[in-house]
Amino acid sequence: MLSVTDLQKTYPSGDEALKGVSLEVTGSETVAMIGPSGAGKSTFIRCVNRLTEPSGGSVELDGLELTGLSGKKLRNARRDIGMIFQEYNLIERLTVMENVLSGRLGYVSTWNAFRRNFDGDDIERAYEVLERVGLDGHENNRADELSGGQRQRVGIARAILQRPKILLVDEPTSSLDPESSRAVMDLLTEIAAEDDIPVLINIHEVDLAEEYADRIVGLRLGEKVFEGTPADLDETARGQIYRGEEIPEGAGPTGKVAAEAGDVGGVSSDEGEIRRS
Amino acid sequence: MATKQTDRRSWTRPTAFYNHYVKWAVYVIIAVFLLWSAWNMRISMARVMDGWDAAVGLVNGMFPPEYTTEFKNELLIEGLIESLAMSVIATIVGVIISIPVAFMAAENIAPKPVYWVGRGIITVSRSFHELIIAIIAVKAVGIGALAGVIALSYKTVGFFAKLLAEEIEDIDSGQMEATEATGANRTQTMLFGVLPQVMPRIVGLTIYRWDINIRHSTIVGIVGAGGIGATLLNSFDQYDYDFFLLIIIAIIAIVMVGELISTYIRGRIQ
Amino acid sequence: MTDYRTWERRTPRQRLLRYLAGLLTIVAAAVSWRLLRINYDYIGTAPTEFMDLINRMYPPNVGYTGQIVSPMIETIHIAILGTTLAVLLSIPVALLGAENTTPNRLSFLLGKFIISASRSVNVIIWALVFVIIFGSGALAGTLAIAVRSIGFCSKLIAESIEEIDPGQVEAVKATGANSIEAAIYGILPQVKPTLIGVSTYRWDINVRASTIIGFVGAGGIGVELNTSINFFAWQQVLTILLAILVIVVFSEVVSAYLRRKAR
Repeated sequence: MLSVTDLQKTYPSGDEALKGVSLEVTGSETVAMIGPSGAGKSTFIRCVNRLTEPSGGSVELDGLELTGLSGKKLRNARRDIGMIFQEYNLIERLTVMENVLSGRLGYVSTWNAFRRNFDGDDIERAYEVLERVGLDGHENNRADELSGGQRQRVGIARAILQRPKILLVDEPTSSLDPESSRAVMDLLTEIAAEDDIPVLINIHEVDLAEEYADRIVGLRLGEKVFEGTPADLDETARGQIYRGEEIPEGAGPTGKVAAEAGDVGGVSSDEGEIRRS
Repeated sequence: MATKQTDRRSWTRPTAFYNHYVKWAVYVIIAVFLLWSAWNMRISMARVMDGWDAAVGLVNGMFPPEYTTEFKNELLIEGLIESLAMSVIATIVGVIISIPVAFMAAENIAPKPVYWVGRGIITVSRSFHELIIAIIAVKAVGIGALAGVIALSYKTVGFFAKLLAEEIEDIDSGQMEATEATGANRTQTMLFGVLPQVMPRIVGLTIYRWDINIRHSTIVGIVGAGGIGATLLNSFDQYDYDFFLLIIIAIIAIVMVGELISTYIRGRIQ
Repeated sequence: MTDYRTWERRTPRQRLLRYLAGLLTIVAAAVSWRLLRINYDYIGTAPTEFMDLINRMYPPNVGYTGQIVSPMIETIHIAILGTTLAVLLSIPVALLGAENTTPNRLSFLLGKFIISASRSVNVIIWALVFVIIFGSGALAGTLAIAVRSIGFCSKLIAESIEEIDPGQVEAVKATGANSIEAAIYGILPQVKPTLIGVSTYRWDINVRASTIIGFVGAGGIGVELNTSINFFAWQQVLTILLAILVIVVFSEVVSAYLRRKAR
C-alpha cells in the first residue's frame, strides 16, 4: 500500500509544483492522475521514488517511510518500485535483454552487473516476461532498433522484472500513436491485474484514464481538486481540473470534490480569473 | 523441453566479434601485447624509487621559477618573439602553398592523376612529426629560424590542404557548373565558382593553423630550428630547472593567449 | 555628365574592416619577417641544399633495415601503452570534468585543471621532464605520451558525458542500482562510440609523437634517427623515414577501420 500525505515540492526557482497533496493507492487498483500540463503530475510520481527530492510531506510504502532514506536503504526501497517513463528511457545502445535484466540491478553485485552475470532464475523470468509483452525473439535486438510501442513494452518488462510492490507510470502513451497507446495500456493493466500490483499512472488523455482506471485523481496547479471514480468525472469536474472553474452550488454529482477540496477550488478559481483578465 | 528450460536460464550478450571464442582470443592477445610492452619498459622498484627522488629534486630545483636576471629575461623574450614571428610567416607561406595543393586533392574537381599527387603530398606531409622535418631542415639550411619556418610551413600544408580539400569536395557543384556554363575557363571557374564558397573556411582554418603553429614554434628550437625551444633545451642541459620552469610557464601563457585570440576571431567569422 | 551605376558587394563598414584585417596581416607578416633576420643567401641556396640532401639520401640503406626493427617495435609499444594508460586515466578525469557527473564544484575545477595542464605542455617537454625523473628510455616516453594525451582524451570524453540522455541514467537508478552500476549501464553505453573514436584518434597522433621523443632520449626510433642524422648517415635516415611512413599509414588504416566498426 502506498500512502502519500501532504506532499510538497518547491523547486529552487521558487516554483511550487506540489502544495500538499495526499493520496493512497491500495490493493491492486489502478489510479490515474490527470490534469493540465504543469499541474505537478510528473513531480508527484517522481517524488514517490525520490528521483525528485520532495520538500515536505511523507511517502510510505507498506509502512516504510521513504523520505529521509539514503544510500543502501533508498536503493533497497527503489527495488520495490517499478517505474515506466514517458520517453521509455531505455538504454538505447544495449540489447533488449540487458534492458530487461537491468530491472534486477538492485540485487546483483556491481562486478556481476558489469559482467552481465545475472541469476538463472532472473534470466528465465526475463524470457517469460518478454513473451508476455509480445517481444519473444527480440532479446538480442538493440533497443534503438525497436519501434516506439515495442520500446515501451521493454520498459514495462524491465519494471515487471523488479517484482515491484507498486508500478509508477509517467505518461506512458504521450510519445505513442493512438493504436500503440491502447496496446500499451491494455498490457499494463492486464499484467498489473495478473500479478496483483497496484498502479499509479499519470496520463493526460482523459478518455484513456476513464477507460482503464479504477479511480481518478485530478491535479491542478499542484493541488488535488478531484478524486473519484471514472463515472464521477463529469463536465463540471473536468472544467474544474482543466479550466479552474468554480463548482456551481449543488450542481450535479461532484464526487468527493466538494467534500475534500472545497475551499481549494476557490483558490484555483481566483487564479483562473487573474489569468483571464 | 528440458533442454529448452536449461537454455533459458543463461544468456550471453551477442558480440561484435565473429563469436565468443574470437572475442576472448582478441582480448587475450591485447592483454599479452600490453604486458609485453610493459615488460619492455624495464620498470623496477629501484627505478621508481630513484624516480621519486629525482622528481622531488626537480620540483625543489624548479620552485620558485626564476625571474630576476636581466640577461635571462632578455633571452626569454627574444626567444618568444622569434617563435611568434616564425608562426606568422610559416602560416602565411604554408597557406599559400596549401591552396593549390587542396585544389589538386579535391576529388570532384581534379583529374585522377592530379588527385593522387595531391593526396600523396598531403599524406607525406602529415606522416612526419614537425621535429623530424625541423631536424632535417636544420641540416639543410643551417641552425636558425629559417629551418623552423620551413618545418612549420611543411606541416601546415598537410593539415590545411587536407581540410580545405574536404571542404571543396562538399561544395555546391551547381554554382561551379553555372560559372562553367558562361564559358569561363578552368582558372576562372575555380576563382568564381569554387573560391568564394570556401573563402570563409580558408580564413577560419588559417587562424586555427596559426594557433597550432604557435605551439609548434615553441618546441622546434629543441633541434636548433629557432625560437624559444633552444633556450629551453639549454636551461635543461645546464640543470637550470628554475629557469626551465619559467620558460614553460611563459610558453603556456603564450599558447593560451594564442588559443583565446584564435577562438575569438573564428567565433566572429562564423 | 555620365551617371555611372556602381555595384558594390559590401557595405563601407564591412569593407573598412576587411581592409584593416588585410593591412594588419601584411604588417604582422612584414614585422615578423624583419624580426627573423633570415639570411637571404640561405633562402637562395635552400633548394639546392635540399636537392643535395635528397641525392645523398637516395637510395635508402636496405641493409640497415634489420637494425631498426627493434627500435620500431619499441616505438609502437610506447604509442600503445601510452594511449592505453591515457584512456584509462582519462575516464575518471572526464567524470570529474563533466558538469553532470562531477561530485562538487571543487572536483569540477580539479578535473578542468588536469585537462588544461596536460594539454598546454607539448609532448617533447613532458618527455624532457620524465627523462629527468626516470632517466632516458622508453618508460619516460610512455609516460610523456600518456600524460600529454590525458587532457585531450578527457576533454572530449567529458564533452560527450555532458551530452548524454539523463533519462537513461535515471531509469537505471529507479530500479535500485547503485551509482557505479548506473554509470556502467546508463553512461558507458552512451559514451562508448566517443571512447573508441577518441582512443583511435589519439593513437594516430601518438604514433607520430612516439617517433620523435627519442630526440631527448625518451626511447623509440627517434634515438636511432637522431644518431643517424648527427653522423650524416643520410641513407639510414631515409630508411627510417620510410619505415615511419609505413607504420603511420598502417596505423591510420587500422584506426579508420575501428572507427567504422564502432557504432
